[in-house]
Amino acid sequence: MTTAIQHREDLTVSSSPPARPAGADPAPPGRRLRAPGRALGVGVVGLWLSVIVLLPLAALTVASLEQGLAGSWEAVTSPAALAALRTTLLVSAVVALVNSVMGTLIAWVLVRDHFPGQPIINALIDLPFALPTIVASIVLLSLYGPNSPIGVQLNATRWGLIVALAFVTLPFVVRSVQPVLIELEREVEEAAASLGASASTTFRRVVLPTLAPAIISGTGLAFARAVGEYGSVVLIGGNLPRETQVVSQYIQQQIEIDRPVNAAAVSVALLSVSFLTLFVLRLWGSRSQRRQERTS
Amino acid sequence: MITVSSARKNYGDFLALDDVELEIPSGSLTALLGPSGSGKSTLLRAIAGLETLDAGVVCIAGVDVSREPPQRRGIGFVFQHYAAFRHMTVRDNVAFGLTIRRRPKAEVRRKVDELLEIVGLDGLQHRYPAQLSGGQRQRMALARALAVDPQVLLLDEPFGALDATVRADLRQWLRRLHDEVHVTTVLVTHDQQEALDVADRIAVLNKGRIEQVGDPVSLYERPANDFVMSFLGSVARLAGHLVRPHDIVLDRDLAVVQRDDARAPSSPGVVSAAIERVVRLGFEVRVELRANTGERFAAQITRAEADRQRFVAGETVHARATRPLDATDTDPSLAI
Ligand SMILES: Nc1ncnc2c1ncn2[C@@H]1O[C@H](COP(=O)(O)OP(=O)(O)OP(=O)(O)O)[C@@H](O)[C@H]1O
Ligand SMILES: [Mg+2]
Repeated sequence: MTTAIQHREDLTVSSSPPARPAGADPAPPGRRLRAPGRALGVGVVGLWLSVIVLLPLAALTVASLEQGLAGSWEAVTSPAALAALRTTLLVSAVVALVNSVMGTLIAWVLVRDHFPGQPIINALIDLPFALPTIVASIVLLSLYGPNSPIGVQLNATRWGLIVALAFVTLPFVVRSVQPVLIELEREVEEAAASLGASASTTFRRVVLPTLAPAIISGTGLAFARAVGEYGSVVLIGGNLPRETQVVSQYIQQQIEIDRPVNAAAVSVALLSVSFLTLFVLRLWGSRSQRRQERTS
Repeated sequence: MITVSSARKNYGDFLALDDVELEIPSGSLTALLGPSGSGKSTLLRAIAGLETLDAGVVCIAGVDVSREPPQRRGIGFVFQHYAAFRHMTVRDNVAFGLTIRRRPKAEVRRKVDELLEIVGLDGLQHRYPAQLSGGQRQRMALARALAVDPQVLLLDEPFGALDATVRADLRQWLRRLHDEVHVTTVLVTHDQQEALDVADRIAVLNKGRIEQVGDPVSLYERPANDFVMSFLGSVARLAGHLVRPHDIVLDRDLAVVQRDDARAPSSPGVVSAAIERVVRLGFEVRVELRANTGERFAAQITRAEADRQRFVAGETVHARATRPLDATDTDPSLAI
């Protein structure tokens, strides 16, 4: 053993210099040159985000406060608003969870298995993005509606909402997991197998942790989309207050009965919840991501 | 000991392994050497169980493992591109095989510490693979494979992704490691220098067949056929015979060239040739010549010899092989 250790010393010394890229010296002159470019980039991004996201949101927040903080609070905590919020969050959470499992499974099958018609299935995944969501509603209603040919009636139930939202959010997890799965070298799994890991152990301890950031990010997007969805639930949901009425429908209703401030207040509440969820998921996802890609 | 008999593997109608017979003695470091596409990886992966043979038997330590999955073959495998578990630290990577076997924590810790020290990664155990150099990653992969006490260690071009200096260092290191650990090791490489350098036995593969098996010296000195000869080092064709370029004597004086006849009586005759180019390659000098028969060949002479003779392009000299190397198919100890 001693010889191996002694030899190792000189090996470590001689092998590390070529491994370090020449550009890794501290504070290379190029770094200073990049500063104006970075400022420009930040400026453009900041401006663009302000115009299309931040300013409208600020305006909305201001509008929601027209009757004062107490007024908005009342609008948000009214039983009907709370019920709509609850329905939306519950249904969206279920849809996001279902997606995280099914989306990963679909991505797996599309990447790892080969069967006839696979390219067609692969193209089909994006269809929910291409369809106007109201069409999704009509499609689902024709199968699960009152005249269901298979005798399954989901219209005006929360199951109906879940099916509709699962349909429109299908691509998110699939499309974020797929490229990571393609990148995942088979050799990594073979290495685990050679070390004695069964297929399920390999999946649990090697594959899943590698896919986790992509699954989390896809799930977050699916959740956010479900929370904000309107078109696909409008017909199949039935808009039953306290039962299947989602926040977007509640907001629409408030506008129709001429309560724009209530609509704004509930919108801000919805926004806050969505933002918080996305923020937390992103933080979580990027933490496990960073672990894999961290550089010294 | 690993025994492979009548191994055959088809990819579609392409024959990747053609009735391969191979015996790898216990404790040896055997290199599978061959050009790209010759079936080296296929053979190694078949031994590991990562590839299933269409026909043939693989025995490890006397047990027929042909039907066993890689998990139950008692192997350690090291891949060219490290196959590191990127979401785990160096320590967790090395510990993987032990952790999934639910070994006691203290035992895992002790074993991993010991291995990290052997491969020279102690102090880096909390890093992630992305924070290591290529050479360090490969040493981590080696430690990971050794952690499960494999009966055989299989390495598929383990240094192929590294630059030349690191590669040379690591193969020296692997040789010393092998002298310490003595685990039966099979190393795939397409680099004859690497095989000659580290292995105590070399199996030369070509087009899915094993051309010759033997120790480095006998393969180099007594190649079984033209393929092995030209794959194991450079060759020159002199008067219709294949010779190593460093076994050619050159001189302006015919008598000097002929004088060596007593030492190598079976050598082919003297050829006179015109020097086309003299290339200095550090400690040796390559002389490119054109025989009066029109045949081109290169001779390799020492720098001292070159300084003494001061050959220049354009002049005519006499050349003779002191050690013709033509295939010795007749030698039964080398033929497979
Ligand atoms: N999965 C596969 N499908 C079809 N052909 C394959 C497959 N794997 C290998 N082959 C073919 O089998 C032959 C041997 O491949 P192998 O990987 O064993 O070569 P090798 O000697 O390891 O070459 P290299 O030095 O390039 O790695 C090659 O011609 C290759 O094209
Ligand atoms: Mg190969």
